[in-house]
Formats: sequence, structure tokens, C-alpha cells
Amino acid sequence: MSSQAWMVWPENFAVSFLVMALLAMAFMYAARAPMHGLLRSVGHALSGPLRMAARWLLAAAAEVQARNRAVLLAHGKHEVGQRVEREFERLGVIVQRELQGYPALQRKLLDEITRIEEDYKKCGEVPPPPPEWTEAVAAVANVKTGGNELVLRVLEEIKRSITSIHDKTLADYRRSYERRHKILESFMPFWRSVDKNLVQVEQNMARLQANVRTVDAHMAIYEQINEGTDKAQHALTVSGFTQFATSLLVMCVAAGGAFINFKLIALPMSEMVGAGDYITHSLRTSEVAALVIIFVEASMGLFLLEALRITHLFPRIANLNDRLRTRMLWIALTLLVILAGVEAALALMRDMLISDKQALLQSLSTVQPVAHDGWMSSIPTAGQMLLGFILPFALAFIAIPLESVIHSGRTVGGVFVLALLRSLAFLMRVLGNVARQMSRVLIKLYDVFIVVPLMAERMWKGSRSERSSKLDVDVDLERTHA
Amino acid sequence: MKRRHFLAALPAAVLAATGCVDSRSHTNAVYMLVDTSGTYAQEAGKAQVIINYLLGSLQAGDSLAVARVQSRSFSEKDIVAKATFDSRPSQENAQKRAFRERIENSFRAVSGSRFTDITGGLIQGAEFLNETGAGSKTIIIFSDMQEELDKVTQRDFPITLKGIRVVAVNVVKLKTDNIDPRKYMGRLEAWQKRVETAGAREWRVINNLDRLDAILARG
Repeated sequence: MSSQAWMVWPENFAVSFLVMALLAMAFMYAARAPMHGLLRSVGHALSGPLRMAARWLLAAAAEVQARNRAVLLAHGKHEVGQRVEREFERLGVIVQRELQGYPALQRKLLDEITRIEEDYKKCGEVPPPPPEWTEAVAAVANVKTGGNELVLRVLEEIKRSITSIHDKTLADYRRSYERRHKILESFMPFWRSVDKNLVQVEQNMARLQANVRTVDAHMAIYEQINEGTDKAQHALTVSGFTQFATSLLVMCVAAGGAFINFKLIALPMSEMVGAGDYITHSLRTSEVAALVIIFVEASMGLFLLEALRITHLFPRIANLNDRLRTRMLWIALTLLVILAGVEAALALMRDMLISDKQALLQSLSTVQPVAHDGWMSSIPTAGQMLLGFILPFALAFIAIPLESVIHSGRTVGGVFVLALLRSLAFLMRVLGNVARQMSRVLIKLYDVFIVVPLMAERMWKGSRSERSSKLDVDVDLERTHA
Repeated sequence: MKRRHFLAALPAAVLAATGCVDSRSHTNAVYMLVDTSGTYAQEAGKAQVIINYLLGSLQAGDSLAVARVQSRSFSEKDIVAKATFDSRPSQENAQKRAFRERIENSFRAVSGSRFTDITGGLIQGAEFLNETGAGSKTIIIFSDMQEELDKVTQRDFPITLKGIRVVAVNVVKLKTDNIDPRKYMGRLEAWQKRVETAGAREWRVINNLDRLDAILARG
């Protein structure tokens, strides 16, 4: 088909284009109303389902959020409840340990206080008052001698008697004070004992108070969770994320350990299961067997920690009675020790196989073998054996971060699902609006193409309305005149 | 043992548990023809280097046979040594040591044969390789690729080398090749055509003995 086939006048492009444009315009003007309707319908057809999907996604997001909240709060409640329980247990132990001897201590304190009181009372005894005749002596002393020798002699005699009595009384008094001082001196050990006991009581009380404060803090969190406050939810979510990240990091470290473990036992495993069997193109059965052993070790570690009630991934194990649980603990531990022993032996075999292979390759090559120092070359062997024995036990502890990842994964996953649902809802809403606006833009664009007939129509309608309004005015005037 | 093996082993453990294992053979089988005819018998020392390389490269479960190319080579008697290496690495190493000793003893006093029956050796090699059932089969021809047959021996018929890689190693140039290199090229082209017509998976010529890794490399 020629490119000029559409031309009405093949030799005149401009006229042909003009005629075609006019024809198109006429056709588009005629089809204006149905085309507007079609564009509007398409816009609605696209935007309607998108908006509906956005609404559904938002509703789903709200439901997920509610579920997340419920799960998060329930989990947090359980966790904090357990923590409070543990704190109470600790508190009980402290009370039992520190305050069980409190009645005896109190009795001891009371005894000591009573004794001190008695001694104090003994100290409080005043010396006997001077005899009453001292007043008579004072009266005699006031007697005027008047130079009478007899009186002087009597007075001197009285003075001598009084002086001797005074000396005696003073000596008695001093002796009495000396005795009291001795009693007071004997107070000291009792005072020290009382002081020490009181300090101990004070320390116990302070420790108890600190623990009670911790319980109070946990209880406050528990109450917040119980009330379901946003603050508690936010704190639990943040805690979940932190826990997830930390556990994941530990899991990565454990994966590194598992890789080293795998390297240690993969080669010697081919001595047991053969090196010629393949599971995939490049993956030997011996390598999978090595991995299975590592998985079994990790499982045994998991059961061991479950039996010890450190982790709680299997409620059935946690619900076992103590006798069965202890049995399970010993079985898991025994298997773990056996597997660790097997690994140590495999690590030794690996070293031997590698040495043998090296010797063979050196004998096949023209290069002479290098002499090795005896004890130096045994260090890697010993190291491999040690690693082979230790790594299974280290891997056993993977159960703890695994449990943490599983529990916090619910929170993290829930948050991500929520974010995804909300993002999708937003996207749907945006797309719905874009579709609706696009239909409007297309309607306007359609009118732009047929702007000439539209202007003609507007002008015609304008003149017609003017004429009709003028006619209306004339009719009104006629009616007014009438 | 690479890290990706460890990572690949995780899903593979699941596959193994469900019984979805790869039943195809992943072993290699190599049949090496060593030309001991005429002056080429002097090159036997180089052949031992290649055999040592193969012993170092082949893994547990792989098979290796070394045969001489003589006046008539379609015979089991021409196989100097053959072994399928044990799946246990310790036994595998012992087998390789024994194999090397046997080869050393055999090549200590090599007497050159009058004629060179490469085709007979190829047929014998194909038979051995097909019997092993290995996943990858390779015939290494350590020769100048100049076939010389007596008048009685019949070898001008189509042979079958389906699924087998054929690697010609140390194809030395003859005096006549030096005069007219087209003879050398023509000889190699004729062998390539014959081998490919026989259904061989690959034809390769390796003259640089420092690049022996290409012997077992696929494709």
C-alpha cells in the first residue's frame, strides 16, 4: 500500500491533510458524546477496582495490625510475667536466706540492749550523800572562838576528824567511779555487736528494697502491657527487632562454625560412605552425610537445652515429668559426647588422608618432598581434633538464638507484612487516581482536537440564546404594555 | 571443598531425604593409548608424566587404563595397567601407588613395534570405557598419529566412539611433515574426521605438556 493512498489530492499534501483533518474533526465532533462516555467508563473501570483493592488491602492491613498487636502483647505479657515470676523467686530466696535468722537476730539484739540497760543502770548509782552531822559541823565551824583555847582545840579535833572522813569518802567515791568505768568499758563489745547486727540488717533491707524496685519496674511494664498501651507495643516491637538482629548475628556466627565443622568431617566421611556417590552433579553423598551429622548434633543440642528448660521450642519436652526429662537430658548429652568423639576421630582421619594424598602427589611429581619438623606438624592435627570435639558443643547452643529468631521473627515478619500491605494499598490508590485523572485528561484532549466545531457550536448557541432572551424581553414588554 | 558446596548441601540434604537423588554416573574413565612403535617409543618418559598427572587428578570411583599401541592393538593383552579407584580415599591412594609402580616397570624396557595400529587401540579403548559405565569417557592417544598397518590387518571400516572424548597428546612432527607441513595438517584433519564420524563427543590435540589440565576439561 502506497504511503500516499490516504491523500485526496495525491500531488497536494496540504490540501489532502486539511480535508482529512476536517473529515476527522467532523467525525470526532459527531462521536463526541459517546467517546466522552467511553473514556469516562474506561477511567472508572480502571480506577474502581484499584480503589477497591486499595480499600481491601487497608482493611487487611488493619486486621494484620490487630493480630500483630494481640500476638505481640500476649508474647510480651508472657515474657514479662515470667521475668516477674523469676524476680519473685529470687526475692523469696533472698528473704529466706537473709531474713530467716531475723527473729534470732532480734532476740540477740534485745538481750544485748537489756544487758546494756542494766549495766547503764548500775552506772547510774550516785555516791551516798554526806552524813547529816556535816551540817552540825558547819554550825560549829561558825562558832566564834573568841580566843578560847578549849574551843580551838575542839575545832581542830573536828577538822582533823572531818579531813580524815573526807579523805575516806573521796577514796570510796573514786573506787566507785573506777568500778563504773569498768562496767562502761565492758559495754564496748556489746555496742560493737549491736552496731554490726544493725548494719547487717540495714544491708539486707537495702538489697531487698533494690529487688523490690526491680519487681516494681517489671510490674509497671506488665501493667502497661496488660492495658495494651501504644508505648508498651512500641517498646515490645523495638525489643523484637533488636532481639531478631542479635539472634541473626549469632546464627551467622554459628553458621561459620558449622562450615568449619563441615570442612573438618566432609573428606573423612567419604571413607565411611564412599566418595563416588553423587547426589547432584557436583555434590557428593559424603558431603551431605557430613551435613546430616552436623544437623544431628545441632538437634541433640536443641533437645539438651529443651530438657534443661533453657529453650521452650517443644512444649511436649517441657511438659515431661522430671524423671523423664532428666533421662532425656542424659541421652542427648551422651549422644552429643559420642558425636563429638566421632568428629574428633574424623578430624584426625582427615589430617591423615590429606598427608597421604600429599605424599602420593609428591611421589607423582618430580619435586622432592620437604622434610617437616615432628612436633610442629602435629599442632594442626591436635588443633583439628580439639575443634572437632568442641564445635558440636558450641553448635548445641544454637538452639537459644534459634528460639529467639523464631519468636522475634513473628514480630518482624508481621511488621514487614503490614508495611507491604500498606505500600500496596497506597500504590493501588495512586494508580486508581492516575487512571481517573487520565480519563479526564483524555476527554479534554479529545475536545482540543475538535476545538473548531466546538467553538462554532458555542457561538451558534450563544446567538440563539441572545435571540431567545431578546424575544423573551419583547414578550415581557408586550405583557407589561398589555 | 568449597563454601558453595556447603550451601548447596543444605537443599541437597532435603533432596536426599525425599529420594530425589541424581542417578547419573559422575565418574571419569580414561583409556590412554601409548604409541611404542618405531622411534616414538623414545617418548615413553613423557607418557609417564601424563599418567602421573592423571593419577593425581582422577578421583575415587574413576577408572584408568593404559595400553600400548603395537602392530595389532585390538587386544586386552596390550593393556599395561587398569584400575577403578576405590571409593575410600585411603584405598584409592594405595591403588594409585601400585598403578604407578606397574607403569614404571612396564615402561622401563619398551621395545618398539614394527607397525602402529591406532584404530585397533581405539576400538579396544571404546570397549573398555563403555564397560566402565562412567559418566565421562576419554581416550588419550599418545602418538604421532601416523598409522601403519601390515597387509593382513583390516581397519578400514567405520568405528563407534559414541559419547567419548578423544584427545591426541604430543603429536610430534615427522621428518616428512617438516618437508611438507600439509601432511601433518592433513593427518590430523583425517583423524578428526574419522573420530567425529565415529560419534565422538570431542576431538582435541594437545602438544604443550604444560597444559595437561585440558585433557580432562570438558567441552
